[in-house]
Amino acid sequence: MALSAQQIPRWFNSAKLRSLINAAQLTKCFTRPGRTLLHGFSAQPQISSDNCFLQWGFKTYKTSSLWNSSESTSSSSQENNSTQSSLLPSMDEQSQKTQKIPSFDSELFLEELDELPPLSPMQPISEEEAIQIIADPPLPPASFTLRDYVDHSETLQKLVLLGVDLSKIEKHTEAANLLLRLDFEKDIKQMLLFLKDVGIKDNQLGAFLTKNHAIFSEDLENLKIRVAYLHSKNFSKADVAQMVTKAPFLLNFSVERLDNRLGFFQKELELSVKKTRDLVVRLPRLLTGSLEPVKENMKVYRLELGFKHNEIQHMITRIPKMLTANKRKLTETFDFVHNVMSIPHHIIVKFPQVFNTRLFKIKERHLFLSYLGRAQYDPAKPNYISLDKLVSIPDEIFCEEIAKASVQDFDKFLKHFRFLCTLKCNIVK
Amino acid sequence: MGSAGLSRLHGLFAVYKPPGLKWKHLRDTVELQLLKGLNAGKPPTPKQRVRFLLGPMEGSEEKELTLTATSVPSLVNHPLVCGPAFTHLKVGMGHRLDTQASGVLVLGVGHGCRLLTDMYDAHLTKVRGSGDSLLLPWSFPGGHQQDSEPILSRYLCTDNYLPFPDHVTREKLDRILAMIQGSHQKALVMYSNLDLKTQEAYEMAVRGLIRPMNKSPMLITGIRCLHFAPPEFLLEVQCMHETQKELRKLVHEIGLELKTTAVCSQVRRTRDGFFTLDSALLRTQWDLRNIQDAIQAAAPQVAAELEKSLGPQLDTKQLPSPGWSWESQGPSSTLGLERGAGH
Repeated sequence: MALSAQQIPRWFNSAKLRSLINAAQLTKCFTRPGRTLLHGFSAQPQISSDNCFLQWGFKTYKTSSLWNSSESTSSSSQENNSTQSSLLPSMDEQSQKTQKIPSFDSELFLEELDELPPLSPMQPISEEEAIQIIADPPLPPASFTLRDYVDHSETLQKLVLLGVDLSKIEKHTEAANLLLRLDFEKDIKQMLLFLKDVGIKDNQLGAFLTKNHAIFSEDLENLKIRVAYLHSKNFSKADVAQMVTKAPFLLNFSVERLDNRLGFFQKELELSVKKTRDLVVRLPRLLTGSLEPVKENMKVYRLELGFKHNEIQHMITRIPKMLTANKRKLTETFDFVHNVMSIPHHIIVKFPQVFNTRLFKIKERHLFLSYLGRAQYDPAKPNYISLDKLVSIPDEIFCEEIAKASVQDFDKFLKHFRFLCTLKCNIVK
Repeated sequence: MGSAGLSRLHGLFAVYKPPGLKWKHLRDTVELQLLKGLNAGKPPTPKQRVRFLLGPMEGSEEKELTLTATSVPSLVNHPLVCGPAFTHLKVGMGHRLDTQASGVLVLGVGHGCRLLTDMYDAHLTKVRGSGDSLLLPWSFPGGHQQDSEPILSRYLCTDNYLPFPDHVTREKLDRILAMIQGSHQKALVMYSNLDLKTQEAYEMAVRGLIRPMNKSPMLITGIRCLHFAPPEFLLEVQCMHETQKELRKLVHEIGLELKTTAVCSQVRRTRDGFFTLDSALLRTQWDLRNIQDAIQAAAPQVAAELEKSLGPQLDTKQLPSPGWSWESQGPSSTLGLERGAGH
């Protein structure tokens, strides 16, 4: 069951908060310093904070009304004591037991402040009381960025230290709201321990959480069931760890959905169970992505490009990315390789990397070789150049070993002579 | 790097656009690469913020409280909280090249974008090699657009091949090119809005400085055939205000004049003002370091040329046109041939 925004931050029930003061010497000007009192003070009953927020929101911060409204919904369901429905968890629970700092609470609400007599700044107060006046600048009640809250929220600080990229999460307002309300010790820690159990390494946790921030709203039980399902399908622990790292949304899929997808791949590709498993472990985003491109690509390979089924299977086990490649790029690459370079199907099958490289690279290198007279792709003839050497090695090595020319010559060719060659290549033979 | 890198990133540089790449993609790629380089620098030092903590005073029997100021590191500057330091760069483009054309493309970064407009106003010539146009021995049914390659590959097949006609020779081609140049010379004078009867205009013409200062159709200041090996030939065109479409049309018309058909297969810009192919950056060189070096290398030349071109020097009649200034020199050769009768 997901943690909804209504199920509010559980710190409301903490007893400490009851003693927190609603430093409510606030009237319209919210820069007025709050005041801490060392003794328990009964918290003020909170008037429906809906209009409070509206007033706050419109005063200075008109942005991000989502936060405003979610804040008001959350506070409407609170109990009597939860006057301090702050936007932040009480960060100072641990550190400031002696000091009750409602600083960030203080400015959040407009109260009906009839109970307390208004403080006049001219009133003389003792030294001790003076010291205890807290006059921090107020936190904005609504903001479009988490930067404003990061210094005051332990959760956010710990997440940053883990490596989570807050600047990406703040673009999703629901996720950002959720993170602000969650308590590190209670909620996030459990999730992190679970993820470590699954096998994600510490240095990858940050990237994982940045991508899949929605995992905090998933139920831990469900996640455990899904991991158990994957284990039951004979995915080893290391396999599952690798899959989850590469495709962070994998565990958000229900067991049924995962089952359907695995079944689809098995039927479509007609590979053995072990090979399907290897394929999925290498490219787990096959399970999380859409299935339409895969279906289309299979048809393209068979009907348009003319590969036989066993050839397709071989190529896919070598380069799983081919299943999700762009159809137009595939056809363009194949057109050049097969028609212009005159490479027959059976050689292409041996080197499926050509479908994984950019077309311009293949074109430039091939034109250079043909200009030099070294474009020999037939294994039977001497000076044969294999396709994987053509596409996979970096420029310097290619120039020196394969083309037997320098990199400057290659550059010169590209600028000055390449356009002379295009015509001959375009003529259909 | 960061801001230090950014300060060196203002000016113009030339890029070699390969055929098949849209100019907008090129511009976006260059911007992305520059941002990547800029953001790779070391992150800013973490900010500190001061917090006043309440605590018991040292050495007192009573529980006296006092405030102590401590400096606590703040995470506000942290790159994971703020995001990358640079998210947008102003990269502008000079005279555009369409998808199939290749060659020198001038880009401006930061303050250099202003110089782009100046360059446009300066009306410098561009040299195009319209390479490898094909002279075909038969004519296509009906009229056809100069879309070069796709049509070419569809129609050319060996069974239909006819022998190349004899009547197409180098001399005829040269004669036609000279005719074209002459007619464009006339147009040049017309568009330059000069009053021909004045002394200044005569002096300008003698020095070869007449050029159009407003919008005009394509004007060719020089054209010659670099290479003639039937059925292919290579033209070099010096022109202003050209578009690739008009260049391809030009090749088509040359073919018609020769009583055959010609198709332009590739257009390549070898020079744009003072940026040549040698200084153009290839795709592998589109990163921060190389672009900064290219800007530094081109900067003095750019300044000199623009000053020469846009500085008011000649005392000629200035026609009221907003924002355009006279250009006072530039390379061009004049040929006094009149255009013969068309066909």
